[in-house]
Amino acid sequence: MPYLFLLPAAAILIVFFFIPFFQTVYLSFFDYSSSIYVPSAIGLDNYIKLFHSPIFYKVMWNTFLYLLIAVPILAIFPLFIAILINQKIRGVTLYKILIYLPVIVSIVVAAIAFKWLYADQGILNYIVTKLGFEPIGWLTDPKWALISVVIVTIWKGIGYYMIIYLAALMSVPQELYEACDIDGAGFLRKHLTVTIPHIMPTIALVTTISAISAMKVFAEIYVMTKGGPLNSSKTIVYYIYERAFENLDLGFASAMAVVLLIVVMIFSLINIFCFERKKYDL
Amino acid sequence: MIRIISEIKKHLKFDKIVTHTILIFVSLLSVFPFIWLISTSLKGNSENIFAYPPTIIPTDFTWANYTGVWNKVDFIGYFVNSMIVAGGTVILNLILSAMAGYPLARMEFKGKKFAFFSVLATIMIPFQAIMLPVYLITLKLHLVDSVNNVAGFIGLIMPFAVSAFGIFLMRQAFLGIPKEMEEAAIVDGCNVWQLFWKVLIPMVKPSLAVLAIFTFIGSWGEFLWPSIVLTKESMYTLPVGVNNLQGMFSSNWRFIAAGSILSTIPILIFFLCMQRYFISGENDGAVKG
Repeated sequence: MPYLFLLPAAAILIVFFFIPFFQTVYLSFFDYSSSIYVPSAIGLDNYIKLFHSPIFYKVMWNTFLYLLIAVPILAIFPLFIAILINQKIRGVTLYKILIYLPVIVSIVVAAIAFKWLYADQGILNYIVTKLGFEPIGWLTDPKWALISVVIVTIWKGIGYYMIIYLAALMSVPQELYEACDIDGAGFLRKHLTVTIPHIMPTIALVTTISAISAMKVFAEIYVMTKGGPLNSSKTIVYYIYERAFENLDLGFASAMAVVLLIVVMIFSLINIFCFERKKYDL
Repeated sequence: MIRIISEIKKHLKFDKIVTHTILIFVSLLSVFPFIWLISTSLKGNSENIFAYPPTIIPTDFTWANYTGVWNKVDFIGYFVNSMIVAGGTVILNLILSAMAGYPLARMEFKGKKFAFFSVLATIMIPFQAIMLPVYLITLKLHLVDSVNNVAGFIGLIMPFAVSAFGIFLMRQAFLGIPKEMEEAAIVDGCNVWQLFWKVLIPMVKPSLAVLAIFTFIGSWGEFLWPSIVLTKESMYTLPVGVNNLQGMFSSNWRFIAAGSILSTIPILIFFLCMQRYFISGENDGAVKG
């Protein structure tokens, strides 16, 4: 009987998760670049090619930069907002709805909205020139494209992590805050000595999940820059997509997918075994 | 005068003013990209949308961009496609997650540990890393829109028909039901199948609701998979259709803006109706894939 209950879910997970997982590894040992119909087994050549490819290093570097910018901001800023909202003030629900709005809206619409803000003669460049700077080629200047795309990811994530922090803040014992008030501790002291230590596990959790999701970015890049200019905003998932579905270089794309798999798995293992043990009763 | 100021100070504590100022600023940052898009979508042809200084309130106000884009783009079609895909994904997730969650919570059987860790393992496999073989398998199973529309929809739904998140959520829900409930039902002559559907499922409705809402949002916004598999414009879901506006109207930002806003209305209504599920903080960690 238990097997009957598990069967439908198991079938889906096998066909659409486990077989593709092993097939990704398998495909990475074949060469499709000469012919898509008659692949040839080439052992580790795709990996060798990968680690000799300047674009691969560029893409990995971009992905690393993406994390380096997005993760600290997404771990700290939403916490700050959550602390502010978690007070007895008016309008809490309205603030929460407005700040959560970017989470709910389709990433495609969000990316289009930002593309419009980033237009050469757009509103952001108006502000920039008003402040006395030269207009910025947000999506056309290789120095700026990656940052412009990261900003969208950050903007879309703040509300999501804020809610996670709000839930964590509810578990901080109120007596500790009262003790702080009696001692006359200010805002900063209060939160540095009470809040932060108490919700450290949540901060760590947000760090790993925001890192994992930053590693998986695709739509922002697809809609706004297609990885350009000069590969300056190309991260790993976009490059896999391009190699697999545009260049039909299935073997090379799979080798890169294996690299992505390994990195995400490391982050997920940390996540599951360090921060989410309770959720899975491990 | 001085007294009035000190009175005001008593009522509006300085801290609170700072708090509200920051929160209003962050709220504005959160909605401004949409406001600017709405503003652009309402500007007529005689108004320069690149004007310096920019104007938020249109001087040449018009609905023409909305009617224009509505007449050229099949939004109803995209909406219906998105509904079919999100609806199908939700229904399958509810049924499959509940069915798989129940034995993992309540039954003892050989291979339970293995099943449990297999599900856990899928959390670690990002779809982005396995999308290529998923596509090859979907092609092999003829679940693509070039075969026919029904096959196309099934292909859009199946890779997301069940998730580890859903299975664990339902498992947790079943763990919360007292064992006596089940024993009583068995004494009353229920078999396991009836027990599951008639007794237990009604008791986990709150978790099913949470699963339904978050699955719906995830499926509704999904962009990568449909943009890989879809070949026919008549099969486009809303995100794919909206992305396509950029190509259709190249630099007509009035139309692109109007189309983007139109496409957002359904999910906005859904969010405002269901907002307590999203912002209450009780279901944290749910949406992101």
